[in-house]
Formats: sequence, structure tokens, C-alpha cells
Amino acid sequence: MEMLTFSHVKKHFGERQVLKDVTFAVPEHTVFGFVGQNGAGKTTTMKLVLGLLMADGGKILVNGEPVRYGNSATNRLIGYLPDVPEFYSFMTPMEYLRFCGEITGMQQREIKERSEELLRLVGMEKETRRIRGFSRGMKQRLGIAQALLNRPRLLICDEPTSALDPAGRKELLDILVAAKEETTVLFSTHILSDVEHICDELAFLHDGKIALEGTVEEVKKIRKTTAVELEMENFCDVNILREKFAFLKMTEKNHLRLENPEKMPEILRFLADNQISIHRIERLEPTLEDLFMEVIGK
Amino acid sequence: MRAFLKKEWMEVTRTGRLGILLLIFVLFGIMNPAIAKLTPWMMELLSDSLAEAGFLIKDVNIDAITSWTQFYKNIPMGLVIFALMCSGTFTGEYQKGTLIPVVTKGLPRWKIVAAKAVMLMGMWTVLYLLCFGITYGYNAYFWDNRIARYLLFATACYWLFGIWVTALLVFFSSAVGSNTQVLLGTGAICAGVYLIGRFPKINRYLPVKLTEGMPLLQGVVKPEDYAAAIAVAAGTAAICTALSLWCFDRRQI
Repeated sequence: MEMLTFSHVKKHFGERQVLKDVTFAVPEHTVFGFVGQNGAGKTTTMKLVLGLLMADGGKILVNGEPVRYGNSATNRLIGYLPDVPEFYSFMTPMEYLRFCGEITGMQQREIKERSEELLRLVGMEKETRRIRGFSRGMKQRLGIAQALLNRPRLLICDEPTSALDPAGRKELLDILVAAKEETTVLFSTHILSDVEHICDELAFLHDGKIALEGTVEEVKKIRKTTAVELEMENFCDVNILREKFAFLKMTEKNHLRLENPEKMPEILRFLADNQISIHRIERLEPTLEDLFMEVIGK
Repeated sequence: MRAFLKKEWMEVTRTGRLGILLLIFVLFGIMNPAIAKLTPWMMELLSDSLAEAGFLIKDVNIDAITSWTQFYKNIPMGLVIFALMCSGTFTGEYQKGTLIPVVTKGLPRWKIVAAKAVMLMGMWTVLYLLCFGITYGYNAYFWDNRIARYLLFATACYWLFGIWVTALLVFFSSAVGSNTQVLLGTGAICAGVYLIGRFPKINRYLPVKLTEGMPLLQGVVKPEDYAAAIAVAAGTAAICTALSLWCFDRRQI
């Protein structure tokens, strides 16, 4: 069953058509990566799901229910972690979670137990200071706790790892993977390694449309050719090779990249004829980054 | 709505906003009788320079009316300070984005507006009553409040004017995005109503009429003369509140 469905959704701001025709579906109990460049419309898409923005056209369904602008009833099923979470600075984390629990209609006892459990999960159980003065990383951790408080069916995270250090990023990604047991996670990002690590499925948003969609493996297979990397013994050989084969790209010192492997026999022949020694030849598996660059045309 | 009201209460107390306003209104409450009490002494100090200018001060008569005159001079300043300090109640949240998690948790938007309006109107009521109560107490101690006719009615009229201004604040806060716009909108309406009120024939229908308490205390006019202004103020405050709910429901947070 699909937890979230987008059908031909359009959105413009003034003259700019941010979403031209967005169609994709997020299956239940998956971690779904929503990938796109900065300014591609990821946050706009997230806000449309939450009814914070009005779509110009198309249909958005959460668990089969249509999303309405303003007071969307589907929000009771959603937990949301904004890209820059802001909370009431005069409250402590526990007070903020209690406030969130009360506005979602949870029972006092349940609020207390769940808040303690989540604060432990994000490592803030001993934090009694007010939120004023919290770092962005701490706010992000509190943000994930408030988003998970009412056990949402759909957890939406807008670039949750972009401001975190490597340790914080790993912790947050682990939390998201663990959350998959009881919720569906839609998370937008431009950090492709995060997507490769934790996502079951992904969609690339480019030029207002979904350019690619599927499981990580499926998406990788779309890229038919595989690049080859040559590591030369001597730097002067790099220049000789580049003079002969202009299509070789130098990626770092002594490293050459060949996008089209069909040229490989010709290169090997040239190396043998000229007695040029080579340190290593490696076939590179396509990465999401390669795909991403291909999609955005760079 | 109770949870959001609790949050509003926490905010006004913990940020010190309520404390500052309480201090100001208590100060105004004390100043009204204090200035009245000090008037003879001040006049005596100034008597020589006034005599040189040709004014002869013989006997300065001070009573509760003098203190209530001060009350009607000071309370507009209190209302302006209240408006200035509360104009960011909504806009501060828009700018920081603190309402986003609240709305996405499913709290109906009307409850946010209602809670903020109740808190602001409640604060105005408490602050105003505090200022009035202190002045009333001192007046009763030093003089006699019975000299002021229709005192409670006149007091209620100014309170209603404050509620009307607060309803305007809530409306502009729901409709626009910045503090300055809220203050400009509220200020422009108040100034416009005040200027239109200069025309005697229209004055009795305008909320600004409710600020004219002294003629009531002196018995120059009767409460019936304020009926139209009360109806207009209550009606427009209700319309403003309804419009606030409508605007806030449609605004992008």
C-alpha cells in the first residue's frame, strides 16, 4: 500500500514554475529519499504534503486521504522535521514535547512516557536547560523527537542531515532507519551518500519533474555504461595518454577516468606498444552522484 | 486550545513581557493620585514665576476628579505601550517559523488565533483593572470617589476601547507579516477614527467616543449618549476577530 501519492502536482511562485508535473508514490514502511539540487522544489513538495502551501493542480493523497490546504486532517498522520527547526526558546525540551503531545490530543501519561523515551533516543534525557542557546544539531535532535512523538504513519524530514557533523549525521540516519519499523520515512536531501546508506527507494526531482524513480539498485542500473579508472605509475604518462586520447578525464594526480569502456582495448594496445606501465585499472560502479550529475546535465 | 493558551501564558511570563507591563500599569495607577496629591505643592513651587506672568494662584482644590483626570491622561499611554509590546505576538512566530510544527501537528488554526486573542484581551483586562483599582483605592483613601458620577460605566467604556484596539491588533497580525505593518495598520485606523471623531455629528457613533470618560464623571453627559459607540465598538471588534480567523486560515505560515 502507498502511504503517499503525488499525481501530476504543479506549483508556481510568481513567474517561476517550481513543480511542473510531479508524480511519484511512497510505499508504506520504506525510507524514501527525495533528491534534488538546492532550489529544485524539495521543500515546496514537503510543504504541499503538509497543507502549508496550496498546489496549483494535481492531487496529493496521504494514506488514501486527500491533502487540503490550511487545516489538513491528514496532518494527524504526519510527523514533520523542518530543515531549520525552530521551537519556543523559553521552554525546556521536555516542556516542548509535553506541549506538542497536548496539541495532538495525547493522554498525559502517554505524553510523559513517550517524551522520556524519545529524549533518551536522541540523547537529550538530561537536558533541563531552556531551548534558547541550543545549537542547530541539538535543535535537529529535538526536532526528530517532536516529529516522532505521536507515532506518525508518515515521517517527513526536510534535509535533516545538512547541518550536522559526521557523528550527528550517523546518529540521525540510524534513528530514521529504526523509525522505519513503525512509520514510513520521506526524507529530502542533496547528500547522496545518505540516500545510498539508508533509502529503500528514491526519486530525483529535476526541472520541476521526477527525472528518476525506483529502488536504489534499479536507479543505478538505469545508467548503462560504467566508467573505468586508470591509475598511472608516472605523471608524465598521464600527459602522453591525454594527448593521444583527449576524452580521458584527469580526476586527480595520476588518475584518469574513462567514461566509455569500449575504448579500453585501444588504450591498452597503446600502453603495450609504448611500454607504459600502469599501476591499477578499476571498473567503477555507477554512484548516485554520477546519476545525479547525469540527470542535471553536468 | 488550552495547551496553546498555556504556551502563551508561559511566553508572556518567561520572556518578561507581562512583568514589564504590570510594572508600567502599576506605576500609572500610583501616578494618577500621586500627581493629584502633589498638584498644590507643584503650584506653590511655580507660584512666583506664574505671578510674574500675571497668574495669581489662590486656593488649589484637589479631589478624586483631579486624580481621575490624570487617569484619563495616562491610560492612553498605557494602551500605546501595551500595543507596542504585543504587536509581535503573531509576527514573531511567522518570522521564526515556530507555528509550523504546531500547525503540522494538526492544531486547527482558529484555535491559535482564538488563544492569542484571549490572551491579549485578558492581559489588557487585568492590566487595566490593576491600574484602575490602584487609582480607585488611593482616591478612596485620600478623597471620595462618589464625586465621580458613572465611574464604573466610564471605566467599562475605556476598557471596551482597549478591547477594540486589541481586536485590531489581532486582525492586522493575522493579515500582514511584520511588526511594523501591524502597528501601522492599527495606528492608522485609530488615527483615522480619531480624526473623523472631530466631527460632532459622527463622534457619538465612533469607538473613540469611549475614551471620553471625564464628561461622564463630571455628570455633563449620560451613559445613553455612549450607546451607539458601544454597539459600534463591540460590533467592529467582533467583525475584526472573525476576519482574523478567516485571514489566518488562508495565510501561508
